[in-house]
Amino acid sequence: MKMFKTILKQFFHTPATTTFPNTPLENFEGTRGHLVFDPSKCTSCMMCMKRCPSQAITVQRAEKIWTLDRFRCVMCGNCVDVCKFDALLMEREYAKSATPTERGVETYEITYVKPERPKKETAE
Amino acid sequence: MTGRQTIIPFGPQHPVLPEPIHLDLVVEDERVVSAIPSIGYVHRGLESLVDRREYQDFVFLAERICGICSFTHSSTFCQGIEGLMGIQIPQRAAYLRTMWGEYSRLHSHLLWLGLFADSLGFESLFYQAWKIRESILDEMEATTGGRVIQGVCKVGGVRRDVANSFLSGMDDRLDEIEDNMKDLTNVFLNDYTLKKRLVGKGVLSKDDAYYLGAAGPTARGSGLDMDIRSTGYLAYGDVGFKPVVEKGGDGYARCAVRCRELFQSVEIIRRVITDMPEGDVFTPVKGNPDGEYFSRSEQPRGEVIHYLKGNGTKNLAQFRVRTPTLTNIPPLVSILAGCELADVPQIVLTIDPCIGCMER
Repeated sequence: MKMFKTILKQFFHTPATTTFPNTPLENFEGTRGHLVFDPSKCTSCMMCMKRCPSQAITVQRAEKIWTLDRFRCVMCGNCVDVCKFDALLMEREYAKSATPTERGVETYEITYVKPERPKKETAE
Repeated sequence: MTGRQTIIPFGPQHPVLPEPIHLDLVVEDERVVSAIPSIGYVHRGLESLVDRREYQDFVFLAERICGICSFTHSSTFCQGIEGLMGIQIPQRAAYLRTMWGEYSRLHSHLLWLGLFADSLGFESLFYQAWKIRESILDEMEATTGGRVIQGVCKVGGVRRDVANSFLSGMDDRLDEIEDNMKDLTNVFLNDYTLKKRLVGKGVLSKDDAYYLGAAGPTARGSGLDMDIRSTGYLAYGDVGFKPVVEKGGDGYARCAVRCRELFQSVEIIRRVITDMPEGDVFTPVKGNPDGEYFSRSEQPRGEVIHYLKGNGTKNLAQFRVRTPTLTNIPPLVSILAGCELADVPQIVLTIDPCIGCMER
C-alpha cells in the first residue's frame, strides 16, 4: 500500500532540487557568501592582512592599496571580526564564478581621509 | 594444497573510495590472505603550519583538517588552547558546541550510510540518506553560516549565538528529520539484501578490537564500551549520555551502531535545546598559551586527540593530531585477512575511513 502511494507521488511531485537559474538561490541570513570592502573606511591598520588564515589579503600602506585574492579567500570572516572600522562586511550571496584570468586579484584604492582634529582654541 | 598467491592492488583510485588509500591484497583464489596498507597520498603538512599562524587563527586551519568532522576538530583545538590557558568557557557556548557537534555527527553518519548504500549498489537509498543530510546541512548553514566548514568556534567560546526562537524552530524540524531517518534505518537494519552482505562479514572480536586499538563505532560495534563523550566534556555530562554498544562485531553491528547513534544524537540535541542556558557565548582571551595539553573528544569516527605544546608566544611550539581512522587501520587489516575478495570494498567502508583527516 505504501509502495502504491510512493509510485503515485512520482507522477505529481515537483523536483526535489531547485531549478536554479529560474528560481534564484536563497541563502540564509547568516551565510558567509563573499567579502565586501569599503575603501572609504579603511585606515590601513593592516589587522586583516595579519590575521587572515589563508593570506588572501594584502595591504600596502604607503601606496594606499588594498588587494584581495578571491581564490585564496576561504570566507572564514576573521577579518570582519578584527576590523575595528567596519570597512569589511560579509555578504550572504556567493561571489559569481570566474576564472583566475578573468578576475585576477581584486585591487582597491583606499580613499579614507583622516578627519582633521578640531584645533584647540588658544587664548589670545 | 595451497593455491598460488596473487597480489591485487586496491585503490588509491577505486569506485567505493571517496579518498585515496592503497591496499595490496594478497589473494589465494577468491580469498584474501592478507592486506598490506600504504598511506600518504594526501598529506598536506597542516600540523607544521602551527608555527606560522597565531593560535587564534589556527582554529580555522584546524577545522580544515577534515571536511566532514570539521566542527569537532575546531572545537577540540579550542578546548586544548582553553585547557592550556585555564579558560572556562561560558555554559551557553559549551551547550552550543555540543549541539553543533551532534549535528555534525548526524550529517557524517548520514553521509556514511549513503556512501555505504552506494558501495553495495543501492543507489536510491544513497539519495534518500543524502536528502535527509541536506536538511541537516541547511540547519548548519542557518545557525553557523557555513554548510560543511562551519568556522564558528573560537578560543574562549563560539563566534555566533543562536536566538532562542530559532532554537525552538529547530526542535520542531527535528521531528520530521527523525521520522525520515526511521524509514531510512529500517531499510539498513532489516533489508534482506543488505543483511546478506553485512551479517557475519568482517568480524572483529572484542579482544582484537581492544588490542588493535579500534576507536569509535568500529570498537562499539565489537562490544567495547568506548566513547569519550561518557567522560562528560562540554555539556555531555548534563544530558545523561550513554554509549551505543552492539555485540556482533561484524559489518552489520557497525552499521547498527551508526544507525542507533543517529537517534541518540537527535535526543542529545533535543535535551541541549530545552536546557540551553542564557548568557554570553564567549569570554575575552588574553595572553599566550604555555605548557602541554592533550585535548580529547569524540568525532563521528571515534576518538580524536590533539596534542598542543605552547611556549608562551603567539605561535604554538608543537601540534599533533591523532585521528580515529589511523587507529582503525590495524583492525581493518586484521578483518580483511580471510574474507572474500568481493566483500573487500564494503568491509573497507564499514570502518568509515576518512583519509584526508588521517594524513592531514
